[in-house]
Amino acid sequence: MRHRSAVVVSIAVIGALSLTACGSRDDKKSGDSGNAGGGTTVTIGVDAPLTGDLSALGLGIRNSVELAVKQANEKNEVPGVKFQIKALDDTAKPAPGQQNATQLVADKDVLGVVGPLNSSVAQSMQQIFNDANLVQISPANTGVALSQGEKWASGVKARPFKSYFRTATTDAVQGPFAADFLAKDAKKTKVFLIDDQKTYGAGLAATFKAQFIKNGGTIVNEEHVNPDDRDFAAVVTKVKSSGAEAVYYGGEYPAAGPLSLQLKDAGVNIPLMGGDGIQSGDFIKLNPKSQGDYATAVGLPVESLPTAAKFIADYKTAGYKDAYETYGGYSYDSAWAIIQGVKAVAAANGGKLPDGARAKVVEAVQKVSFEGVTGKVSFDEYGDTTNKQLTVYTVKDGKWAVEKSGTFNG
Amino acid sequence: MHDLPQQLANGLILGALYGLVAIGYTMVYGIVQLINFAHGEIVMVGGFGALTAYLALPGGTTLWLALPLMLIAGILVSTLTAVAAERFAYRPLRSAPRLAPLITAIGLSILLQQLVFSFYPDAKKARVFPKIPGDPFEIGSVAIQRSDLFLIIAAPLCMIALGWFVTRTRSGRAMQATSQDPDTAKLMGIDTDRIIVLAFAIGAAFAAVAAVAYGLRSGQVDFRMGFILGLKAFTAAVLGGIGNIYGAMLGGVALGLAEALATGYIQHLPGMDLFGGGAWKDVWAFVLLIVVLLVRPQGLLGQRVADRA
Repeated sequence: MRHRSAVVVSIAVIGALSLTACGSRDDKKSGDSGNAGGGTTVTIGVDAPLTGDLSALGLGIRNSVELAVKQANEKNEVPGVKFQIKALDDTAKPAPGQQNATQLVADKDVLGVVGPLNSSVAQSMQQIFNDANLVQISPANTGVALSQGEKWASGVKARPFKSYFRTATTDAVQGPFAADFLAKDAKKTKVFLIDDQKTYGAGLAATFKAQFIKNGGTIVNEEHVNPDDRDFAAVVTKVKSSGAEAVYYGGEYPAAGPLSLQLKDAGVNIPLMGGDGIQSGDFIKLNPKSQGDYATAVGLPVESLPTAAKFIADYKTAGYKDAYETYGGYSYDSAWAIIQGVKAVAAANGGKLPDGARAKVVEAVQKVSFEGVTGKVSFDEYGDTTNKQLTVYTVKDGKWAVEKSGTFNG
Repeated sequence: MHDLPQQLANGLILGALYGLVAIGYTMVYGIVQLINFAHGEIVMVGGFGALTAYLALPGGTTLWLALPLMLIAGILVSTLTAVAAERFAYRPLRSAPRLAPLITAIGLSILLQQLVFSFYPDAKKARVFPKIPGDPFEIGSVAIQRSDLFLIIAAPLCMIALGWFVTRTRSGRAMQATSQDPDTAKLMGIDTDRIIVLAFAIGAAFAAVAAVAYGLRSGQVDFRMGFILGLKAFTAAVLGGIGNIYGAMLGGVALGLAEALATGYIQHLPGMDLFGGGAWKDVWAFVLLIVVLLVRPQGLLGQRVADRA
């Protein structure tokens, strides 16, 4: 029976491989940067997807943190302290993210971490950072439970980790903001809801749905897809026959781009709307028919803020190959919040960093308040940003254009 | 159920794609009893070969001119990769125990992924692949995307050419003979090494056609695209009866239909609303595989092979 046994063995082997996703991602480490001169050196860790589908966003985060560190050193922001960054690649997956967290905790010079991009990755890191009293500020996580606990939806808010902060607003406002826009501004009454089942995508879709129904809209059908899917023919057919006027997608651009494109290719000319996970230049690159698609993003468009003009100019001068993307400004502000935290701790200790500086930095970051690139940067009792502004973008002539900015008060 | 014709069309088109890739598994298995798990990556490198040709052409070249050139480039890259793999990775292990070349194949699969990942410019994220522009064709309630026309035309053509080759040419008949009994075939003067290389090359050429079809459909290629596609095609090959070239096509179509129908309708069966939808399509595909293997272990068109060992 050697033929059949070969087939059976093969199925077993390949099954095991597919479970472990075949280790198909590189674990490339990005080199340290910044200059370590005399005096104390403080490292700011960065964890983001630096390779893979979401690397456009991840590289924007790393570069923006690096820019903040460079400027802090140039201005001698904290006398006697030189900052440097240590950027690790999480490939947008929880397991490497967790390893990176352990690695950053083990490095005694690290007094704060900016990242990660993905809410699901953040989930795997929070406990590790919290145990080590190491402050973590995400420029991009929007999953509500990360800061307000699993029961936030039922009104019971409890902060699970005191070392976790974020400069991005949460899906608790992002999903509903999109729902209000589609119902009231775009006048859509029937929406087809699709999500990729990840922490971010499913959460976003759920908060969208509740608010959209509250606005009197109808969810004509719901679908779940796998984040790695690129062929949506069967789902597209369902959308087509559902009579939906728009699709709301909870997920990220690598799947959203082809999904929107395949919808329009099949003659379903309705807009696709998503959250900040699709508000990337790559969404438009992957989807030549994206004209008219919508995305919400946290905060006001960096370009429109007077505080940001300098950031944009500096970023340009620094000559980075990759764009700062959606989270550049938030990453810069996250890094700057850590730098301010370190500054406060050093100042309180006569200009030198005390023993056990990590715990003190966590306390100091809780109290920071300054005008950042994205507006005022400060944190509420859950570690969430106090800046709850959002913007709806639409694709116009191959670019994301601002459609509407506002604050969600629901 | 009013969108049933459309879902059937989706399934058939997807099935044709699986079938094209499955040919590569089935031909190699039919002749050397090796499951070439690097075959998905042969598809992937073909996709990047075609992309390279497209990028090398001056901007504004019409797709009707570009497409044949992309196909040729894809077939070249895929075939050369497969032939090199046969020569350097599999041939030295031909008399080794069955598991050795299987592990080598998996190693090769990861190697090819990493080579493209590391050395192809910007391959760390998805690369945009051209699409055939224009509105879909509507036949009654069924809409066919222009990009899928390529697959609808290419898949049957490939099958007819392969059928003709295997039954009508000397090399094709030598291939059949080798697959039935390599030792006797050798005694009859057939250069079995050449036949094996030929089997790898034909599978790779089909893989390149599939890669172009995949790129046109989804508008992108990336370094991981071969993994799941290869897995599905392998399933299709087993489903149809591994070793049987018509079985590969039939298995592909069965799998494609199962996926499309499962995504479309399982949700609406009573008590199944949790298990339907796009997220479950891979699950149903493999459930189908297990059921077929339980009921008919040799696959749909396979023959019970007497144990030669």
